[in-house]
Amino acid sequence: MSVAAQLAMLPRSMRVRRFIRENHDTFTLELDPGEPFVFRPGQFNMLHVPGVGESAISISGDAAKPEVLVHTIREVGDVTRHLGRLRPGDELGVRGPFGVGWPVERALGQDLVIVAGGIGLAPLRPVLYYALKHTRVIRNVFLAYGARSPKDMLFAKDLKRFQRRGLNVAATVDRWGEGWTGRIGVVTKLLENMPYEPRSTIAMVCGPEVMIRFTARVLEQVGMQSSDIWVTLERNMKCGVGTCGHCQLGSVLLCRDGPVVPYPKAAPLLNVREL
Amino acid sequence: METENLARALAEHPFCKDMRPDDIEFLSGCAKNARFAEGEFLAREGDAADTLLLLRKGNVALEVHVPGRGDRQLETVGPGEVLGWSALFPPHTWHLDLRALTPCLVFAIDGVCLRKKVEGDHSFGYLVTRLLLMRVHARLERARLAQLDLLAAENS
Amino acid sequence: MLATLRAALERRSRARVHTLAEQVERQSYLLPRARLDDLIQLLIARGYRVQGPTLRDGAIVLGPLRSDRDLPIGFTDEQRAGHYRVVPRQDVAVFGYVVGPHSFKAELLRPAQTLFRAKREAKRVRFIAEAVDDSPLCLFGARACDLAAIEVQDGVLRDSQHPDAFYAARRAASCIVAVGCTQSAPTCFCASMGTGPAPTRGYDLALTELIGDAGHRFVVAVGTRLGADLVGELGLALVPADDADLARAALRDTRRNMRKSLETTGLQEMLAAAANHPHWDDVAARCLACTNCTQVCPTCFCVGVEDRVSLDGSETERVRHWDSCFSAEYSKLHGGAVRASVRARYRQWLTHKLSTWFDQFGRSGCVGCGRCITFCPAAIDLTEEVQALRAPVSARTRARGDSSNGN
Repeated sequence: MSVAAQLAMLPRSMRVRRFIRENHDTFTLELDPGEPFVFRPGQFNMLHVPGVGESAISISGDAAKPEVLVHTIREVGDVTRHLGRLRPGDELGVRGPFGVGWPVERALGQDLVIVAGGIGLAPLRPVLYYALKHTRVIRNVFLAYGARSPKDMLFAKDLKRFQRRGLNVAATVDRWGEGWTGRIGVVTKLLENMPYEPRSTIAMVCGPEVMIRFTARVLEQVGMQSSDIWVTLERNMKCGVGTCGHCQLGSVLLCRDGPVVPYPKAAPLLNVREL
Repeated sequence: METENLARALAEHPFCKDMRPDDIEFLSGCAKNARFAEGEFLAREGDAADTLLLLRKGNVALEVHVPGRGDRQLETVGPGEVLGWSALFPPHTWHLDLRALTPCLVFAIDGVCLRKKVEGDHSFGYLVTRLLLMRVHARLERARLAQLDLLAAENS
Repeated sequence: MLATLRAALERRSRARVHTLAEQVERQSYLLPRARLDDLIQLLIARGYRVQGPTLRDGAIVLGPLRSDRDLPIGFTDEQRAGHYRVVPRQDVAVFGYVVGPHSFKAELLRPAQTLFRAKREAKRVRFIAEAVDDSPLCLFGARACDLAAIEVQDGVLRDSQHPDAFYAARRAASCIVAVGCTQSAPTCFCASMGTGPAPTRGYDLALTELIGDAGHRFVVAVGTRLGADLVGELGLALVPADDADLARAALRDTRRNMRKSLETTGLQEMLAAAANHPHWDDVAARCLACTNCTQVCPTCFCVGVEDRVSLDGSETERVRHWDSCFSAEYSKLHGGAVRASVRARYRQWLTHKLSTWFDQFGRSGCVGCGRCITFCPAAIDLTEEVQALRAPVSARTRARGDSSNGN
């Protein structure tokens, strides 16, 4: 009994199959999970570098391809910097998948608006893969993606491919940079001219907390129901299973009840400072 | 004949979405179509702001020239945008360069004509001011979001 | 495998749902004072490590019991906000005190617990599971509030979607000998929390101490088959009706004499709406963020983790340890603390305990043991803070509290 019950806390050792440099501070690890790794878009894993520590990282791969486990990681701290030094053949520890994912099935028969800021595109890429497979049953898919500057753009090749295959992809940068001929301005600007039907649309938003608040305000202004907006929230995560207390945000244990939550649940929590 | 068509076309622009037909008709008295080629300036900083521009087609960059660093694009805007609020408010000068990134089609609302209508008919004036204020508010929200620079790397 | 474990645990907890009153009515036994040690020796003989109250360094703390002589016989504790002293009693009562700085939490959710070890060999990493400790353990002298606290932690750590193996193993291996409180401290408020002073469930045996003309003795209630087994092996006689009455009366008197209370009506909703109450600033001005309250609290379950690494970096031990929402590090996100102010940390602790615990785990996180009041160096009393937070806020104060939301 003891070993089975320990699985949630005991990492599985997985080998790095591929290391992809996405931009100056972000990279993707493709791991060999050994056996098929089943997850829902929006779920996350705890990645463990022995001796350094553990970090909660969302899964950025295709849920329909469980034979490879993909994480896209931005180097912001000790653990993520060490993850960035891993190369094919290296091993690391993986616990998961944890958390509640995006309600992708709700998009069927509706318009789907995906709003991503920065690394927030990574946990939404599984939704885009899902949308590609369901273009016949999802009315229209709109992606609004904002990066800080052209050199921070993620998944540029993927975005072009998604566009070719029928998704409406709009990208913008906060600041102009050399060689950029696309849009300049914050991501919320992209939402003003998208022809989605606000009354029958599901929106999924991931990015910095303040961006989420601004985005939800714009979506509500154009007539979307707050209950059709889904967002991800972020707090310090340690255990991933709701027993360490760290990821509490008021009534919510984010690793257990999130990180994806309906906006009506998130809004009152986002309005209290230092919650 | 031509004014009637112009009013009908104006009614399609998002800025006129919440206007009554007679308001649009009234506004169309100051409006004419204008075209700009790619690369052409719709306005230059310091010039007299004598037109309110309702962008119909094309993309426009809002730029500031920084000595030694060239033209810095602050934002790009597209169809549906309203530019040139300075036409309504003193000192009636452009504070940014507007450059057409693609061929542009705009409604050019004459500033003097518009001011006369706004001052002469305060209920129309209130409507136009309110619609502009909402635009200004949205721009302000975006400016705040941009200023926060949330996507910058955290120091940890 | 997990399902079987969970079913077994559920059966076990269901089996314990009998009130002490029922037990006293139906099958209570008499344990003469002179035979108390027989119970301890029987537990030891059956392989239990017996942990119970002992006197050490001027405090009644939990420690190993080798015989009844290890118990703080003839001592009591003086408690009030920010004050704790152990003093001699006039009699030789064995359980004539209430709860001290320790709780049985330390036995079930260890202050430090190795979760696993990792071994690195070139590019490979091997993760080695840590064995759970399921050696028999007796929690001796647990009070009603302690039993309630264990039930609260069961809800968080054992009965969750991902049960904590280490907690669950120790919990399943534990035998509980409870004690009904025949006195309370000025800091106790279990009666108002509905958790005490009489043990009602969650024990194998529950003792109520009686001292008087009829001698020094314990009325023993049986809560489980294991308890019945122990009583049977000791060959205890059924309790006389008079003693059963006396035990009931003693527990009733404790309840009657308990002066402190926490008004729980509407408390969850009140606190949920009180995030901007100006009183949080008042508490923050007194709170030292020392973490004492979270360390002595029998339900606080927050833990942090660290990697302990061998010098050559080839071996790592991942260790979990008690943490506290009063530390700045606790809420660290992207290099900064989300709860930077003490105001926010106290609010988090109190609101979690009394309000959001309901949202997260379906019950209150406070059992009314009063430890956080006694061991607060600033003498902060949560029951008084709740009273202050209940006071209506004037429109002007509320506006000040919310002023940060303006444009």
